[in-house]
Amino acid sequence: MEWERHLLIAPVLLPLVTGAVLLLFDELRHTLKALVSLFSTIVLLIVAVALLRMAAGADGGSLSISYAVASWPAPFAIVLVLDRLSALLVLTSSILALAALVFALAKWDRGGPHFHSLFQFLLMGLGGAFLTGDLFNLFVFFEVTLAASYGLLLHGGGAFRVRSGLHYIAINLAASALFLIGVSLIYGVTGTLNMADLAVRIPQVPADDRMLLQAGAGILGVAFLVKAGMWPLGFWLPPAYMAAAAPVGAIFVILTKVGIYVLLRLTLLLFSGFSGQLAGFGSTALLYGGLATLAFATSGVLASQAMGRLAGYSVLISSGTLLAAAGVGDATVVSGALFYLVSSTFACAAFFMLIELVERAREPGADLLAVTAEAFGEEREETEEPEDEEVGVVLPGALAVLGVSFACIALLLAGLPPLSGFIAKFAILKGLLSVEGLAELGGVPASTWLLMALVILSGLATLVAMTRTGIRTFWAPLEEVVPRVLVMEMAPILALLAICLAMVVGGGAVVSYTDAAARSLHDPASYVGGVLDTSLPVGDGR
Amino acid sequence: MELTLAIAIGVLAGSGVWLVLRPRTYQLVIGLSLLSYAVNLFIFSMGRLRVGAAPVLGADGAANPADYADPVPQALVLTAIVIGFATTALLLVVLLVSRGLTGSDHVDGRESR
Repeated sequence: MEWERHLLIAPVLLPLVTGAVLLLFDELRHTLKALVSLFSTIVLLIVAVALLRMAAGADGGSLSISYAVASWPAPFAIVLVLDRLSALLVLTSSILALAALVFALAKWDRGGPHFHSLFQFLLMGLGGAFLTGDLFNLFVFFEVTLAASYGLLLHGGGAFRVRSGLHYIAINLAASALFLIGVSLIYGVTGTLNMADLAVRIPQVPADDRMLLQAGAGILGVAFLVKAGMWPLGFWLPPAYMAAAAPVGAIFVILTKVGIYVLLRLTLLLFSGFSGQLAGFGSTALLYGGLATLAFATSGVLASQAMGRLAGYSVLISSGTLLAAAGVGDATVVSGALFYLVSSTFACAAFFMLIELVERAREPGADLLAVTAEAFGEEREETEEPEDEEVGVVLPGALAVLGVSFACIALLLAGLPPLSGFIAKFAILKGLLSVEGLAELGGVPASTWLLMALVILSGLATLVAMTRTGIRTFWAPLEEVVPRVLVMEMAPILALLAICLAMVVGGGAVVSYTDAAARSLHDPASYVGGVLDTSLPVGDGR
Repeated sequence: MELTLAIAIGVLAGSGVWLVLRPRTYQLVIGLSLLSYAVNLFIFSMGRLRVGAAPVLGADGAANPADYADPVPQALVLTAIVIGFATTALLLVVLLVSRGLTGSDHVDGRESR
């Protein structure tokens, strides 16, 4: 039982070591690199499943499992904390990573140097950000993720990518500055950066310091809202995601969810019902910010002409729904939101990969490789083209498979039955109508009605936009070339869609898991109990 | 001392924000650098300003923690400097590539009309 605890560090160590080892090999040995990277990602997926089982099996007393990285007791050094929420996100990101990696192996990983190393470092940052129990450590993992994402966004080269990359890096550097200001203000007031310790100390903050703490938490929140793409902080998102290479766009979908994860974790842990005067801090901002994001993204989806932009706005719709649900903050709503998070992440990622395959017919893939080779000053295309012909098995009936997948993604994003998008939205809406203490409020508040209307409207808008795009793409006369799609490229998309279907078939199990995750989120004592040794004198303030 | 530090942070952050909002990539880089200096000083000041106090306890053990400077912000600021340095260097590379590809040092790659 004891050795299992060491698994907690695996999502950080494994990609770190793999990424570092991959740096040692020459770019020409890309088969070896691809195999090592693939193997490591599969092992990561197995570890993530094991972590999920560990988190689900944690006994009632303390719902979180902590791992002291340097064997120092909790408030004094860095800890990793596993609970149901972080296990769910680690699993989601590793499934997504495997899908994106397999897709990339068909062609994209050779579009520029060090794809696999950057990809592994991105996974390391993601694993660390989901598992860490320390605010400053979170900053470090966040920066690791971002640094890798800068490299990946530029992967493939070209003027459009460089321009979007420049904007993306500048915005994220400014957001990192805000992150640091927020973290240091919180440290200055409470004297700790351990999240569990913060949850203990925040109720005891003297009234004079409370405003400073609120300012710190607010500034910290803005840094994550930039990442999550909340209106008016999310204008950078659609162009950046549209510019990214297809597998990179797919893995970037989980990056917005990191922002959501941290916001959900911190608001529910630090400003829960047990934190006295500060209870519920920020939830109103999240609710109305989420509503504004939903409204903005809904109009964005309707206005989008290019498919890439449509996918970018779908990511924003998902963010807006999740932010608003986090703002409502009730356990049943959060449970539905977690289901929605997984479902919409897979749907958006599959969409990003599908777009590249569909658009391949319009602009034959060759020009992309030429641009790439030019940008990196390397002669790659002559080794590239013939190999593409030999290696992959070409998918028969490509257009039919693409069309059916497109329809499935449209159903998922719009939230129509029979796929998991419907269950997710249904769970959120049902939760909104059965919020605890509804009778005291005197009925359902206006903001909830607005949120429900916007969630349904955004689904309708997605359906309209997807139908329009689908008709134009798939029902157009076949004067264009039918895209040449490899089985290897289609398999990850179909796998992601199959998981969404499995989430419907096994819906009961998934919902009971997210229910338990949401309940433990609303019980900060269970998180704190797993991290801090209660025999230590904690929470005596400064 | 508090006032001097506060004014220094304010001036750095103010100039940084102004430069970040300018349209040239060079101004952007300098602006982000100034901003990160301001943030680093700010983190440092969150450990309270002390003159001549050691950051770690001596061999004789903990006498009175109030006699020592807080070591945590110093460790934080070191990490923040390293990370800020690396990301700014990366931004510089992207900036040069952008200059080469578009032939313009405007952040949008073309002059606004």
